[in-house]
Amino acid sequence: MSTLVSLPSSSYKVVAGPEAYLSPAAASLGVVLPENGQGLIEGEIVPEEIVMEIIAKKLLTAKNPTLFPGPLVLWAWSEKSIEKATAAQKLAAEVPGMRIIPMPDYRPKYPMINPAIEINPNHPNLTIWHNNIDVCMFIGVHCHYANLALKIIRGGTDCYTIALCGEFGHEDAMITLRDVSAEKVTKLTEVVKRVKKEAL
Amino acid sequence: MKEKKTVSPEYMILEAPREKKFMIGNEALAEAVKRANVDVVVVYPITPQSEISHLCGDLWVAGYIKDYYRGEDELHVMASMMGAASAGVRTFTATSGPGTLRAMEPFACWAGYRLPIVCPIMGRGIGTPANIQPDSVEIFYLLETGMIIFHVESPQDFFDMTLQAYAIAEQPDVHIPVIVFCDGFFVTHTREIVETTPDDEFLLPYNSNLSPVPAMDMEAVPVRMARDCLVIKNNFISYNANASWQQEVRAAQHRARKYIDRFMGGPLEVINPDAEVLLMASGSAAAQARVAMEIAQEEGIDVGMVKIKVIRPFPVAEIAKLCEKAKLIMVPEFNFIGWLAKEIKAVVNNNSKVFSGPNVFAGMTMPPEVIVDEIKKLLKLTK
Repeated sequence: MSTLVSLPSSSYKVVAGPEAYLSPAAASLGVVLPENGQGLIEGEIVPEEIVMEIIAKKLLTAKNPTLFPGPLVLWAWSEKSIEKATAAQKLAAEVPGMRIIPMPDYRPKYPMINPAIEINPNHPNLTIWHNNIDVCMFIGVHCHYANLALKIIRGGTDCYTIALCGEFGHEDAMITLRDVSAEKVTKLTEVVKRVKKEAL
Repeated sequence: MKEKKTVSPEYMILEAPREKKFMIGNEALAEAVKRANVDVVVVYPITPQSEISHLCGDLWVAGYIKDYYRGEDELHVMASMMGAASAGVRTFTATSGPGTLRAMEPFACWAGYRLPIVCPIMGRGIGTPANIQPDSVEIFYLLETGMIIFHVESPQDFFDMTLQAYAIAEQPDVHIPVIVFCDGFFVTHTREIVETTPDDEFLLPYNSNLSPVPAMDMEAVPVRMARDCLVIKNNFISYNANASWQQEVRAAQHRARKYIDRFMGGPLEVINPDAEVLLMASGSAAAQARVAMEIAQEEGIDVGMVKIKVIRPFPVAEIAKLCEKAKLIMVPEFNFIGWLAKEIKAVVNNNSKVFSGPNVFAGMTMPPEVIVDEIKKLLKLTK
């Protein structure tokens, strides 16, 4: 159940659900965001290189890996956003069977979205369930909406969540990387290529 | 607008040289607003805040603020802040007493909209009988609005905490409003030495591109008056999304903790933590407790003091740990409710040793000797 004010505790693990009727915010249970050069794996701070390695393995062993790009990379609002979007497409192309389902808008859509072609932060579980997504990766989603969606996914689905964040990361994802630029996405793509090669 | 030399919040708050000036709290606040490189100020004058309303006007005339006007009332002011901050600019306002209560609904919306508004409140009496005198009762009403709350002890705090408020509120992972609360008159109209940063150095402009929510276009029609209306539909999905949203606002408060450590040196100031008696206080009551501690120590009583600078996010773990050893914890407050004692009692294991008082209000002063007498009485009772 949700905890609004609680004693910080580092024992809380951010793992795939379905977790609860209403999952708590991991930050409220003592999970803290990583510093520069670090990431989070299931609530624990880990060096970035290891995080990339685990992301690569999660994506490559998934049955139905899916990339959820948000408005920050869907719209060409800056040179950097174009570069990051291009890098994200290349990353998705390196993961066998990886689908791309966009999160084009944060506003709730009624009576409901078409879960086959889009995801919405207010009810992301519909898209996860409809497409049987077992591992998903967010990129270019504004932090507030990413956290909103990540908690709902953890609460109601068994999907493993990865968040590539342009700012400081997401405690509510099972894995998160911070300060993600086009260069960092490309670096992750190289790790994916290497892990794939090593597995063959 | 003036050409401005801009500096990072880290430099301004932690490294910049300081110059001593002799000024009242409201003047110290105006000096902080000047350096904060604020875009929009909307205010409605009310005692004891009125002075900052006109001092901000002076800053606007001098070219330090881009836009400034007087709202119709506090509801209008706080709604204007919501519009300006949603559009992606740095904002400032301030209010007092009845103005705070009139603005309660926008306050809760500020946090929900993830707006990094900085709003000092100069506390005074509220309700009937009418009273403009110092009182910290307003904080009780603000506790669960989702906003970060600082409690100021002195004009120096007012200067520092206002700049710290901008530095913390605008962090992308925090991005919620900060109330910088002082007890009216005791701070707003008391002249003290204040160490200020150079007046030709200004905070870097606010960058709305780092916001956790996109800025809203308030000029092109149709203007959107609210972020997303999750509450309108009656179904589980809407309720679930709304709940997750509220959790995220509280999570943002928790994320502020590391920036409170970085920019404020932590949420507490602790003196003699292993003492038999701990005085725990915030705001002007902390100033009185500080003197009471010294008097008691001179009389041979083992007294320490904890000044609570940050009321939200409440320093739960720190206070619980500090209270482990103390035999007696006293919480003097400038309000009738004793909200700080309630907060402390809620996080201490053996809370029968936490005593609320002395409480004075409606403008009454709290002589340190009254606190010392109370310590002696309680020590006799608990022996």
